[in-house]
Amino acid sequence: MKINDVILRTVVKGVVFIILTLGVYLFFSGHNAPGGGFIGGLVLGSGIVLLYITYDLETVHRKMPFDFKKVAGLGVLLATGSAIGAIFFDAPFLSQTDAYFTFPVIGEKHLTTVTIFEAGVALTVIGTLVTIILSISEDE
Amino acid sequence: MESLIMILIGVLVTVGTYLILSRNLIRVILGTAVLSHAVHLLILTMGGLKKGVVPLLSQSEGPFTDALPQALILTAIVISFATTAFLLVLAYRTYKTNGSDDLQELRGMSDE
Amino acid sequence: MTIEIAIILTPFIMAALIPLFYRRLQRSFIGWVVLVVPVSLFLILTTYIPHIANGKTVSHTFEWIPSFNINFTTYIDGLSLIFSLLITGVGSLVILYSNFYLSMKESLHHFYCYLLLFMGAMLGVVFSDNLMVLYAFWELTSVSSFLLIAFWHHRKASRAGARKSMTITVSGGVAMLVGFLMLYTMSGTFSIREIIADVNQISEHALFIPALVLILLGAFTKSAQFPFHIWLPDAMEAPTPVSAYLHSATMVKAGIYLVARFTPVFGGEMVWFWAVTGVGLMTLFWGSFNAVRQYDLKAILAFSTVSQLGLIMSLLGLGSAAVHLGYSTSSIIYTQATFAALFHLINHSTFKGALFMMVGIVDHEIGTRDIRRLGGLMSILPFTFTIALIGCFSMAGLPPFNGFLSKEMFFAAAVTITELDIFSIENIGIFIPIIAWVASILTFVYCVIIVSKTFFGKIKPDVAEKNPHEAPFGMLISPFVLIGLVITIFFFPNILGEYILRPAMASVYPTFPVAEMTPHIHAWHGFNIELYMTIGVIVLGLLLYRYMKYWIKIYRIFPQYWTLNAMYERIISSSENMSENMTKRYMNGNLMHYFIYIYISFVVIVAGTFLLLEAFTWNPSLDAPVENFELLLIFVMIFASFALLFAKSRITAVLLNGVLGYGIAFFFVIFRAPDLALTQLVVESVTTALYLLCFKYLAELKPEQSSKRVKVSNGLISILVGSTVTLIGLAVINYEKFESISTYFEDSYKLAGGKNIVNTILGDFRAFDTMLEVVVLFIAGLGVYTLIKLKAAKKGDADT
Repeated sequence: MKINDVILRTVVKGVVFIILTLGVYLFFSGHNAPGGGFIGGLVLGSGIVLLYITYDLETVHRKMPFDFKKVAGLGVLLATGSAIGAIFFDAPFLSQTDAYFTFPVIGEKHLTTVTIFEAGVALTVIGTLVTIILSISEDE
Repeated sequence: MESLIMILIGVLVTVGTYLILSRNLIRVILGTAVLSHAVHLLILTMGGLKKGVVPLLSQSEGPFTDALPQALILTAIVISFATTAFLLVLAYRTYKTNGSDDLQELRGMSDE
Repeated sequence: MTIEIAIILTPFIMAALIPLFYRRLQRSFIGWVVLVVPVSLFLILTTYIPHIANGKTVSHTFEWIPSFNINFTTYIDGLSLIFSLLITGVGSLVILYSNFYLSMKESLHHFYCYLLLFMGAMLGVVFSDNLMVLYAFWELTSVSSFLLIAFWHHRKASRAGARKSMTITVSGGVAMLVGFLMLYTMSGTFSIREIIADVNQISEHALFIPALVLILLGAFTKSAQFPFHIWLPDAMEAPTPVSAYLHSATMVKAGIYLVARFTPVFGGEMVWFWAVTGVGLMTLFWGSFNAVRQYDLKAILAFSTVSQLGLIMSLLGLGSAAVHLGYSTSSIIYTQATFAALFHLINHSTFKGALFMMVGIVDHEIGTRDIRRLGGLMSILPFTFTIALIGCFSMAGLPPFNGFLSKEMFFAAAVTITELDIFSIENIGIFIPIIAWVASILTFVYCVIIVSKTFFGKIKPDVAEKNPHEAPFGMLISPFVLIGLVITIFFFPNILGEYILRPAMASVYPTFPVAEMTPHIHAWHGFNIELYMTIGVIVLGLLLYRYMKYWIKIYRIFPQYWTLNAMYERIISSSENMSENMTKRYMNGNLMHYFIYIYISFVVIVAGTFLLLEAFTWNPSLDAPVENFELLLIFVMIFASFALLFAKSRITAVLLNGVLGYGIAFFFVIFRAPDLALTQLVVESVTTALYLLCFKYLAELKPEQSSKRVKVSNGLISILVGSTVTLIGLAVINYEKFESISTYFEDSYKLAGGKNIVNTILGDFRAFDTMLEVVVLFIAGLGVYTLIKLKAAKKGDADT
């Protein structure tokens, strides 16, 4: 799938940057404002798909050498792993915890283990989304 | 409002059901999509409409809208996306292998 | 973890370990490693003998599902100890024997895995005090027996035999389960000991007799009693060590165990007495009658096992008369039948095990088990001949072998019972000794057949050509151990009686004084009626054998069409046909019809229930107010959905679906659900793109080709479904019988450290949903990938 269109490419360069930033923002804002693992993952995933559509597979693959099936698998592992992890701290399966930490530069931050779980969700969504779209478009 | 939405849900379910009962594979898939739209709306309506503010503790003190249906729908949306994608690919593979997307023609042999 | 539970679990653990280590091990070692399990268990169990012989019992409870009264209670008393010693003892000998019998090329790891599975299950059956646990182990023995019969699963006969045994024993098992549940309803406990303790309270209950019958069904199917015995001869397709172990020494005795175990509960009933005695005697006769006409050595032994099991069963039935009479000096004599049953149980395991191993050796060395092709093996297989001779003499009830003792006791019990005048024994009781005697004559005949047709006469030329020789020493060890026991028990029966049988009698007759029930077993007790019966058996048996060709024709009188096997086959095949026809009628491959079934049942069941309960209500007064633009949105969506029905091109259809999706997103905004709105927007865009992408490979939408009638009926169904949903929604929405649980989540900041309630529900309160959803998503993604790549891989095949 190769589209030779300079305008499209230029526009997409900027847009994808915005989309990806938005995705990351949504992912991190999730715990206190609208957003979260799903929506962040979906936005990031669609941004990546947009890149693939604009540029050809090889170019994108050179810049982002991921196997997105493995990304999805990693996500599932992370989500279930964080769930199982709770058992080792003598807490029920899937327990989450949170605490406040003070960091040198950025100041006091609220950290929670949900973020690990949410990262797993996001990675799964990204991986699955890109895998689905790519395998359909690669098909002859 | 609730009554009107219920009627809309009824219409969506009717349309979805009719599409699912079609012989054409694409219509069946569209039917499932419409049906899941209807179900999402149904779950949300069941929690009561316009009964509170956005369920964000950082924004206000409440009373909040029921957050549980929203969480359930969020899960449902992603699942229905996954199934739709799977059904679509299944449909086009079926079409490529058998050369037909008519479910009557795709029936299995009677002596299977 | 107590030792008793460990005993049950050890075989299972070993069975689980075999798949892990068998590759690293030399093939010939597997059997030896496995052998350690039964031998050590046997030795551990023998240490219980002194303790149990003192009249004590061992029990331990491990709470498993206490809320359902299901506890893993192990209970060792005299009765379970006999069986567990048999299971591990014969098990050791059989595994030792299989080491030499099975070729190294067989899948030995499967074989030993199944065998250990069986051993553990069987130990579980005899040690469980809890009915539910007993049932679970009971079915597990059926399953492992199925696997072992079908060990050579490439043979059709093996598969058929396995299926038959499974069908019959499991149906009996299910009946037994219902009986157990009835017992639970009556007594309120699953513990056998507690049921025995308050048997007086439950014996008047209306369910008592049905429970009795159902439990007996389980015991009869397992122990191959007439008319359920038909599975046992077919089970002989299993490797011979399996036949020796499961289908003569242990599994088929589980039914005997059950009957003995429940004698204190049901023994006082007339139904019990006649069912157990009658079925036992019928089986005894029918088995021996059929054994005479078999040509396959293993088939003879199979029918002889059926017949001997009938003998033990009928003895237990006779012994139950004592439970009815209650303890008195005059009733003690009737307990002797049960003593004989337990004694014969052990004797049968010794001589029948040896005989099966003998047949295995003949099969292994000569290559056939057909008595028409065998003969004159005495000189070639002298040791095997010795085994056969002693085993058969013992089975026929001749001295100086243990079978003689128990058979004399059987005759004595059968004669004694005729003196009773309960249960209408005074009218028909005389038939009991007669049937016993006739069956014993037939038993004598087939014993002679086994020995003479195999070992006497001339060697057939095709056998002689192969130049067969005696079995390897290792293969002879196990049968010789058993034969040694056959002789030892004859000379020292009272050691067995004192230490093993006496405590078991205490389990069967808990209200009787143990000391009086244990007889001193004599080989010689003068010229009495039993001895004359035995002499009659020998004389008539020899005569019948001598003139066999004159009376053998009676077997042909009975028409093949009406044999039990033929009837079984007809029932199975006709039920298969029936279910196939029924399934074909509604599973016609038409997706539309399947959906119609679902929708119509939905409407009928759900709307029907609401109509019946008059639950359709509508109260619009509580509705939230409506704004103008909301009305517009609703109108647009209704319009789009109708347009979707009539869309001519697929692009239009997909765009209309998109309109619906974005419309929903708008509603999410209106109804204060920002997360949903965001997600819905992105998902809808991606889905639309996905549709368009797939359309590259799909055909253009064709107008619906169904007939007008189908369209109208589909439309009606859709309207019904839609209106049902709307009406139920309207009826349910203001229903407030329960307090909402949603307020709990509003503490999300305190409970989960997040201020977005929806997200804390997803990531914390209900994270299980989310986790599994992620897994679903992943699987769907893999499914899509596989569907596409699989096709690419197979493309070469499709083109040609």
